[in-house]
Amino acid sequence: MNLSQLVFGRLSWDALPLHVPILLGTFIAVAVLGVALLGAITHFRLWGTLWRDWFTSIDHKKIGIMYMVLGLVMLLRGFADALMMRLQQAMAFGDNAGYLPPEHYDQIFTAHGVIMIFFVAMPLVTGLMNYLVPLQIGARDVAFPFLNNFSFWMTTFGAVLVMASLFIGEFAKTGWLAYPPLSGIDYSPDVGVDYYIWALQIAGVGTLLSGVNLVATIVKMRAPGMNLMKMPVFTWTALCTNVLIVAAFPVLTAVLALLSLDRYAGTHFFTNDGGGNAMMYVNLIWIWGHPEVYILILPLFGAFSEIVPTFTGKRLFGYTSMVYATIVITILSYLVWLHHFFTMGSGASVNSFFGITTMIISIPTGAKIFNWLFTMYRGRIRFEVPMLWTLGFMTTFVIGGMTGVMLAVPPADFVLHNSLFLIAHFHNVIIGGVLFGLFAAINYWAPKALGFRLDPFWGKCSFWFWLVGFVLAFAPLYVLGFMGVTRRLSHFDDPSLQVWFVMALVGALLILCGIACMLIQFWVSWRRREQLRDVTGDPWDGRTLEWSTSSPPPDYNFAFTPRVHDTDAWYDMKRRGYERPTKGFTDIHMPKNTGAGFIIAALCALCGFALIWHMWLVAGVSFAAMLVAVIMHTFNYNRDFHIPAEDVTRTEDARTQALAAAHV
Amino acid sequence: MSNASHHDTEHDHESGAPHSTLRGYLTGFVLSVVLTAIPFWLVMGKVFPSSTLTAAILLAFAAVQIVVHMIYFLHMDAKSEGGWNLLALIFTLVLVVITLAGSIWVMYHLNVNMMPAMSGPSSMP
Amino acid sequence: MSDLALPVVSPSGDRTAPFLARADHHPENGTLLGFWLYLMSDCLVFACLFATYGVLGRSYAGGAGGAQLFELPLVALNTSLLLLSSITYGFAMLEMQRRRVRATLVWLVITGLFGLGFLGVELYEFAHLIAEGHGPQRSAFLSSFFALVGTHGLHVTFGIVWLVTLMAQVGRHGLIAENRRRLACLSMFWHFLDVVWIGVFTFVYLMGVLP
Repeated sequence: MNLSQLVFGRLSWDALPLHVPILLGTFIAVAVLGVALLGAITHFRLWGTLWRDWFTSIDHKKIGIMYMVLGLVMLLRGFADALMMRLQQAMAFGDNAGYLPPEHYDQIFTAHGVIMIFFVAMPLVTGLMNYLVPLQIGARDVAFPFLNNFSFWMTTFGAVLVMASLFIGEFAKTGWLAYPPLSGIDYSPDVGVDYYIWALQIAGVGTLLSGVNLVATIVKMRAPGMNLMKMPVFTWTALCTNVLIVAAFPVLTAVLALLSLDRYAGTHFFTNDGGGNAMMYVNLIWIWGHPEVYILILPLFGAFSEIVPTFTGKRLFGYTSMVYATIVITILSYLVWLHHFFTMGSGASVNSFFGITTMIISIPTGAKIFNWLFTMYRGRIRFEVPMLWTLGFMTTFVIGGMTGVMLAVPPADFVLHNSLFLIAHFHNVIIGGVLFGLFAAINYWAPKALGFRLDPFWGKCSFWFWLVGFVLAFAPLYVLGFMGVTRRLSHFDDPSLQVWFVMALVGALLILCGIACMLIQFWVSWRRREQLRDVTGDPWDGRTLEWSTSSPPPDYNFAFTPRVHDTDAWYDMKRRGYERPTKGFTDIHMPKNTGAGFIIAALCALCGFALIWHMWLVAGVSFAAMLVAVIMHTFNYNRDFHIPAEDVTRTEDARTQALAAAHV
Repeated sequence: MSNASHHDTEHDHESGAPHSTLRGYLTGFVLSVVLTAIPFWLVMGKVFPSSTLTAAILLAFAAVQIVVHMIYFLHMDAKSEGGWNLLALIFTLVLVVITLAGSIWVMYHLNVNMMPAMSGPSSMP
Repeated sequence: MSDLALPVVSPSGDRTAPFLARADHHPENGTLLGFWLYLMSDCLVFACLFATYGVLGRSYAGGAGGAQLFELPLVALNTSLLLLSSITYGFAMLEMQRRRVRATLVWLVITGLFGLGFLGVELYEFAHLIAEGHGPQRSAFLSSFFALVGTHGLHVTFGIVWLVTLMAQVGRHGLIAENRRRLACLSMFWHFLDVVWIGVFTFVYLMGVLP
């Protein structure tokens, strides 16, 4: 092996997709926009602010916002993939091969799944929990603020690797779970699966550490008086979600490591020869995969449990049963995984067991829906944008859940597995549950995070486009699935199917309008922020502690740690005539910002890129550098500082004046 | 958050960190030696002709030794971290059992149904 | 429901203080719990590797199996070295409790040496197997053997790197609270690796040579 190979591995100019017009066009567009963005940042001299106040911040609020930005940006990429697929499937019948050759189409559906799950849903959910949990429990930050920053950058660099695959090399063509033997070295010798593996391993480490962080935060840092059964329901769901993360992500790490050993070292875990067993991969990856979908949905169940009481003006019905339902879902989510591969051949006894457990797990979710309905019953409902999204969730998600119960019946699943019915089902629950929940949460908590409400008109436009668009895009897929159409096909022979695919494309275009309206909503809200300003910090007459702070909260969250006496702690305080302290502030102990998280994560990403391209020297050096950086960071014992009492007093006085002015 | 040095109070044992004793470590060590030596002897000395019986005894000894390590070396009890340590351990153990037993059960059936030639009597431990 | 029967406003009409904690409230340090949670996640990584070994551990692909390949006397040596390193780390923790820096460092060195001994024996075993044609590429059994035992060995390696780093930090700053917390975390890590090894020598080596 000569030096050039040692340094560059299999990376060469051939890796650039100059011969693929769509990619070339995309690259030019991205390059132009990228240069414009970097130029704008430079022109407005924002690099210093970005680095000092955002990228190196260990403040959970800033990190939470950065996660949301990452998720929303990646939503655009993931949705672009979706539009491309809808267009291809609407055109490609008979002699018309469509505009996407199969090897390109395969990368698109793989990237669509990977991006939507790992780089849209996970960051958005993580960002939400990061932002809210310390505020809801009356804490100043999470348990391990530096680790929080590091986790964010690991997730972001994972996304960077996936995006890089668009322009340097290619992505996996295996579907979002990359089953072997297709993902093994014999059938996917190219870099695509390696991009997949390393992007997920890097992001996975970030997620796992974030899970440890939030569990420790909720266990150790609750305000005095907030025992477990006085926590907000969102904090309960955050606790269970992060327990699931700590328990599930190691499995993903292990499985992907074994796959990478097969690809890099010639081992025989999942190969066809040498005693390997590809079915073991499917088994292990779904032991991770099923808890993963509960990781996605539980926080949004928590968000709905905050939104419904607030916009109904009533205490949540059935707090205790909500908590127990969440715990039961957490435990049961480990006993259902085989329903993802009923058809792989484990036989009647195994299939029956998992079919029954799958049906059982729908019960606690049903209990939650009833609790929300009973909360709304005899309440005074305010149809603000978050409540609209919640109502949209209830109708949409319940239908998706019911199709899930259908799929839980093994004989039915033998007909429907890997058909478009399955695709319709999981998009139904993920869009209806996770995405609608995220939009509800964003509209609900935006005033707290940004200091101003989001424009309601454009929010309602976005909602209606999404709701109608979703129905039009996915109802046809249920029909097609019943008729036997398989997933992941880029071309069809039967022209009678085309009308359904065209309907689905129209639905996707309506969703595109919904996304556009949301972007317009952000822009208009920013422009009109003075009119939409949240002066009091409590624009919705909320019930939990985050609404007791200013909007946005000060760096230290609470000048004095609250003392809690009841669930719905803020509602309890308001009811009893709580008055804000205006004097007696002390120095506040805070952690310092640091660039170490960014640097270590960047070195991990470089190592991953090098491993993908077999650039062994770069991989070795960057791995060693990463270890050195970690060790150097541990030698830094000087990580804290104090906000002086005068600064706290000044901040609190400013708020006192703003509140007084608002009441004039 | 990490505490700066001025919060470094000199307690005999910190809040949350368990208190170790020489007797505790030595007891654990002696028990571990015994619980290791016997299994090695059973296998190397081919003491029982039945593999199944030997395997069962080995697993039992391993389970006991793990508990010994938990108590004497890792200071596991129901009080550390307000019971959360033990709760986390039990939850993890349940998942480990589900992962191990579940995988072996599922894969056994998959192998029998889908790869019958490869799933002879000695195809899985 | 509320834990107070009466309105929280105190007799003096104070509408502030009952809702606030003392000015110097500090949350408890979460490092030990956080590290324990990380260890639980590591437990699940090993569970997957054990499960993989459990499923693939008899797939010899016509090659040699555990009964032919495992040298139990060597494994007994390894096991002893690791168990001894656990007890010497325990002694280091006892010295830490007595705030004796030098004695702590001495026991840490001895622990590290036992750990290196363990790794040396393991590397010898691996090199020998590979040289005889029984490397991880030979069969699924060997792949899962090397993955499980090798991952454990990698953890021990990282533990030793951490040990050396921590020795430098204790040497520089003494047994301050932060270092005591780190030593407690490494203690958990080190003993946890011994717990995993119990599973390895039982499930892989001892059960592997049974007919």
